[in-house]
Amino acid sequence: MDPVCSAEPRAARIELFRDVARQQLPRLYRIARRIVGDEAEDAVQDCLLKAYQHVDQLRERSAASAWLVRILVNCCRDRLRGRARSQEDVDLDAMEDFSLYRTIAYEDPFPYSDSLHLDFLAEFSVDDVRQVLLRLPELYRIPVVLVYMQGFLAREVAEMLDTPLGTVLARLHRGRKAFEQQMWRYATEHGLLREGAR
Amino acid sequence: MISCAEAVRQLWEYIDDVVDVGERAAIETHLARCRRCCGELEFARELRRTLTDAADEDVPDDVLRRLRHTLEELER
Repeated sequence: MDPVCSAEPRAARIELFRDVARQQLPRLYRIARRIVGDEAEDAVQDCLLKAYQHVDQLRERSAASAWLVRILVNCCRDRLRGRARSQEDVDLDAMEDFSLYRTIAYEDPFPYSDSLHLDFLAEFSVDDVRQVLLRLPELYRIPVVLVYMQGFLAREVAEMLDTPLGTVLARLHRGRKAFEQQMWRYATEHGLLREGAR
Repeated sequence: MISCAEAVRQLWEYIDDVVDVGERAAIETHLARCRRCCGELEFARELRRTLTDAADEDVPDDVLRRLRHTLEELER
């Protein structure tokens, strides 16, 4: 544990905040891009201002990075609250029973392929995958981004979101299911299921 | 032995190593006897990798410059 600034003046905390934020800016931007898309820069700006306003909460250098991500996620959620929910059109009932693996095997989109499932994934560019992710409901998208893309542990995400671990694990489970379902939908809607589509 | 549905439901948790010892043993017993679920496991690993690979992204220079500027302006 690194005792930083509980007894130090505000100026020292601000310097610490600035130092950690400077290092973390690319990461904060990438997280925001995956959660709010084109509003990422604005979300990070919101985060910096809010963190600065609440800099007295910053206690330890080792916790500073998670503290910033927590503030960023809340800023992203604030921005998402104002949006229409059209892109979150996920059928929760059908989701639980959905298996992308089985759907690909059953539908057999590439009849001449000897590695059907890998060929399906190969049709997706990195940008396609990011678009699929943005279709997930915010509730599921945030833990998926933090755990599978940013490498946080579910326990850390639970602390960050102030949510019980069991709830985070359940949202991760649903998030994965929603991701599988949306991968298939995206592929059908964007013509990725034709041999030689790209 | 657990069913295919039960095994598949826990595959990502198995990959992430967040199942308990008993669940891990049950899944591994199932996988040793079920070729289809082994296929599901490999696909889940690839899908997870696809997701992770989409995380990295170059931050545009102008964006980074504006964010750094905001940071420097705070209480100057």
